[in-house]
Amino acid sequence: MSKQQIEELATREYKYGFHSDIDTEIAPKGLSEDIVRLISEKKQEPEWMLEWRLKAFRHWQTMTEPTWPNVKYPPIDYQEAYYYAAPKQQKALESLDELDPKIKETFDKLGIPLLEQKRLAGVAVDAVIDSVSVTTTFKEQLAEKGIIFCSFSEALQEHPDLIKKYIGSVVPHTDNYFAALNSAVFSDGSFCYIPKGVRCPMDLSTYFRINTPNTGQFERTLIIAEEGSYVSYLEGCTAPRFADNQLHAAVVEIIAHESAEVKYSTVQNWYPGDENGVGGIYNFVTKRGICHRSAKISWTQVETGSAITWKYPSVILKGDNSVGEFYSVAVTNNYQQADTGTKMIHLGKNTKSTIVSKGISAGKSHNSYRGLVKVAKSADKARNFSQCDSLLIGDRCGAHTFPYLEIHNKGAKIEHEATTSKVGEDQLFYCAQRGIEMEDAIALIVNGYCKEVLEELPVEFALEAQQLLKISLEGSVG
Amino acid sequence: MLKIKNLHVSVEGNEILRGLNLEINKGEVHAIMGPNGSGKSTLANVLAGKEDYEVTAGEIIYKGEDLLEMSIEDRSREGIFMAFQYPVEIPGVSMINFLKTALNANREYHEQKKMSAREILKLVREKAKLVEVDDEFLRRAVNEGFSGGEKKRNEILQMAVLGFQLAVLDETDSGLDIDALRIVSEGINQLRGEDNAFVVVTHYQRLLDHIVPDFVHVLYNGAIVKSGDKNLALELEKEGYAWIKEEAAAAS
Repeated sequence: MSKQQIEELATREYKYGFHSDIDTEIAPKGLSEDIVRLISEKKQEPEWMLEWRLKAFRHWQTMTEPTWPNVKYPPIDYQEAYYYAAPKQQKALESLDELDPKIKETFDKLGIPLLEQKRLAGVAVDAVIDSVSVTTTFKEQLAEKGIIFCSFSEALQEHPDLIKKYIGSVVPHTDNYFAALNSAVFSDGSFCYIPKGVRCPMDLSTYFRINTPNTGQFERTLIIAEEGSYVSYLEGCTAPRFADNQLHAAVVEIIAHESAEVKYSTVQNWYPGDENGVGGIYNFVTKRGICHRSAKISWTQVETGSAITWKYPSVILKGDNSVGEFYSVAVTNNYQQADTGTKMIHLGKNTKSTIVSKGISAGKSHNSYRGLVKVAKSADKARNFSQCDSLLIGDRCGAHTFPYLEIHNKGAKIEHEATTSKVGEDQLFYCAQRGIEMEDAIALIVNGYCKEVLEELPVEFALEAQQLLKISLEGSVG
Repeated sequence: MLKIKNLHVSVEGNEILRGLNLEINKGEVHAIMGPNGSGKSTLANVLAGKEDYEVTAGEIIYKGEDLLEMSIEDRSREGIFMAFQYPVEIPGVSMINFLKTALNANREYHEQKKMSAREILKLVREKAKLVEVDDEFLRRAVNEGFSGGEKKRNEILQMAVLGFQLAVLDETDSGLDIDALRIVSEGINQLRGEDNAFVVVTHYQRLLDHIVPDFVHVLYNGAIVKSGDKNLALELEKEGYAWIKEEAAAAS
């Protein structure tokens, strides 16, 4: 394959880069206590929520942006962004038919089954455009089982006690710079509550979409799984292509009570910027779950988008016999940068964690795995297995691994494996000799490399992820 | 089917093939023998289209077309199959998935309908009997952890599944024990037909006991210096290459 062909492939467009012309209400630019008050007021929040936000905002003002991640970007001017943008249509739709057709069209383009007629898709969807949840499907069906699945704003109106009890309980507003920012200005997100002993009959899904230029997206997701319950939760994200960078700082909190199991799968495909590194989403996300006795939380992520990804889905293994898992595929191409990994905090006895991270770097990108395994003194017989593999495509990219171990209990059993490999010319020649085009060959090799992680995703999501991997890496071999 | 005229090939500035001529017709099996470094593998790689092999002069006409103008993939889809001396591993990619991807790429090129997973499995199972491999083998990742014999059986399996008109077997006997050699050779023999042809690159006569060639060529210093029938291979086995080298020296 010639250099020219490769370049042609590399310049292929981001498929989700369209911008929808939806009538939008935007708050004034910049960040201040007034903006925080405005957001809270727009959402008709209770007083305690506003106070919580203001506390977070004041704390945020005392903090400085972290510089330890292995990523480089120009300073962010937080006063230049918009912190609230909402499709003008007010919520509380009686039925989906009332939804702005433009919004519906947007989600159709994204291939998201919003309409309940598409029952066969078997997935309940909460769609968040810019900062506001626009619709949630299958609500009634879920309600029959006592499952609550709705936008965060709605939950704040309908179930304030649950929110008050759990918000910030896993990721406190003081946790880190971006979590503090989110706590101050979050505008919506998803809320999910699974009652005791209930197995959620379908996958729950949130679809995030940034639509308005220069808008930060700050959604908050809260998942509460009561004793012995089970839920599989999917999250997808896309954004239009804009030349300016956009900030996305989300927080996800999961509470898994005794013997509950939560599977959280993400396919992150925010706009990565163009082939020269212009534009793209800055994705600074805090995701964390807490496991009580014998509970299990499993994070699976396929990260292909964003100019910068800064994200460490973590599990606090508080209860005895609890289990944490992290399966990750992170792909960077062109000028993308990713610093991602996990934290497994072993507090309970007999706790077990598994980390499988597959980094793929192509183009001029940099991909870092950063992971912490911490075993507290109390965590007798804790076990961890970590496997961190890096795959390089071409010779201008970088892969980095930063594993941290803090072991305070002698009985802990920790295993760490790491490999670095390259997509070889001989592999590509072998495939070509069998009639397989270069880009299909790369997709095949990469999918094989990621197999252990993709297997953790629900089938339909896995197919989408495979396609995404292929698109993300098109033209990546020099 | 294949006409090679005055082929000169350089690798990193070193001329490896120096005026090679060869003509192959349908239904024929040609063995290419010769001492180490004579250019045997270079010939195989040039036919498959591997980069880094620079053709400085001469031509290769395949089915009436200029082979050197064709991409690696198109050569494959037009029926050139290379059985590799060292097949590479592709971790995590199951044999059946690999075969499906390759087969459907070929079918798409020929404007045929893609085959479903079920149809492919049926086809592959049928062909798998040729080289005595089972379903478990089809679930394994391509060449990953395969023994030498399994790798070569895999090459022949792919040849059978994907189909071919001109097969280039590059040292297919290397790394095989007697039993594997028998299985692989029998597989190949069953694939011989009126409409296809084979180029068998080998060091040793023993493969040619199983796959009996119509022609044997001796490659030396980048050109074919002697051609004959299967008896030439027997003679080489007995006498070695010294006399070939002497003859070549005397001729030049």
